[in-house]
Amino acid sequence: MVAFGFLALAAILLVALTLWRRRSPGSLRLIDAYERLNRAVGLAVESGTRLHISLGRGNLFSTRAGSALAGLAMLRRLSERTSVSDRPPVVTSGDASLAILSQDTLRSGYRAVGAEDQYRFTTGRLAGLTPFSYAAGTVSTIHDESVSANIFMGDFGAESALLAEASDRENTSLIAASDNLSAQSIFYASSQEPLVGEELFAAGAYVGAGASHEASLNVQDILRWLIILAIILGSVLKLGSSL
Amino acid sequence: MRIFTAAFAIAAGLIVLLGYFFPTQLESLRFLLIDWAIIIAGMAVLVGIFNLVAVQMEKIRTGQKGGNYGVILIISLAITFVTGLVLGPQHPYMRLAMDAIIVPVEASLMAILAVTLIYASIRLLRRRVDVMSVLFLAIAVVFLIAILPTPFGPLFGERGNQALVNFLEMFSHGGTRGLLIGIALGTLLTGLRVLFGIDRPYGGN
Repeated sequence: MVAFGFLALAAILLVALTLWRRRSPGSLRLIDAYERLNRAVGLAVESGTRLHISLGRGNLFSTRAGSALAGLAMLRRLSERTSVSDRPPVVTSGDASLAILSQDTLRSGYRAVGAEDQYRFTTGRLAGLTPFSYAAGTVSTIHDESVSANIFMGDFGAESALLAEASDRENTSLIAASDNLSAQSIFYASSQEPLVGEELFAAGAYVGAGASHEASLNVQDILRWLIILAIILGSVLKLGSSL
Repeated sequence: MRIFTAAFAIAAGLIVLLGYFFPTQLESLRFLLIDWAIIIAGMAVLVGIFNLVAVQMEKIRTGQKGGNYGVILIISLAITFVTGLVLGPQHPYMRLAMDAIIVPVEASLMAILAVTLIYASIRLLRRRVDVMSVLFLAIAVVFLIAILPTPFGPLFGERGNQALVNFLEMFSHGGTRGLLIGIALGTLLTGLRVLFGIDRPYGGN
């Protein structure tokens, strides 16, 4: 029942704060990686190069789906912003369902700005079904497709080192975040401005995906404080009972 | 149609979620919906493979870089797919394809990965010189030294090594829990946005 209560509280807070954020948008703290991302989007449109967005291997039937869905929310906004570019963004993923959703999201983004005829279904790609076949397929996209910035957002494993290395070899910007701890440490060592922990889920808010994404960040902060208080209270009670 | 897909997706998501909390009332419906989703995911793999072939065909047709690899990929895929359909996945030929081609290729990529990781660590300080980077690298090196097997046994003695590992794990376990709590909260809120139809990755908006 505690879990259900926690879920209900999160849902109520999300709805309430979304309505509040629509009326009074707030300001977000500076995250260097997202500043770089916004610059990279503008640069790609101006220089006629391509953005490469990789959504990882997050299976939608597993607990890893959250990071994949966060990547898709960001993709939706980026596809709108880059729809005027000569070279549309390329999206790779390592899960078939995720690849189909990425195609749908790209199409929705183009439709929203009235450029649906620009959409090509081959820009949303399944790169491979195993970790290393996915890496092999994605590395060839990084090398061969005039990519100026690589954005890796989702569930990655150790194979992310190969992707980061390929990006480095091509001298392209790398903006990377993952829900996987191994991948986080690899991206920490490989990218100029690392994104750690839940910063992955802030992507939507920082690319202007709307009030609900900003509200999500507020709700996360509130819930985090509640958890911190619960941990402290639990520690004090345990200490008290042992004395 | 778009409203219908959104309503169906949200209803299915809510039923599956509530099924965890109210198993007696909703369990059978939850399992039915999950079974449907698994069947659809199976079909999605075929659609994904079609997409993979289409991308490679376009590369070959337009003479893009890497088109030759695309030819090899399509031929290999066709042979493996047809052989698998005719002989079944447990046939010795299919197992041979797995053991003689896929396993060695993935193992060699794993070997490259080890080199890549060491190289990335060395370049870390060239890319970003700050306290956290130095700390990150120093702890990784100390941890590796502590667990390094030597002909003389553990470097700092059995108890010394264990104490060092325990000391480092005290911080890493705390940090890991903090990161995982953050990720769990992010996942929860992302899921709620999809359930409320605010984010519609299935093409509804």
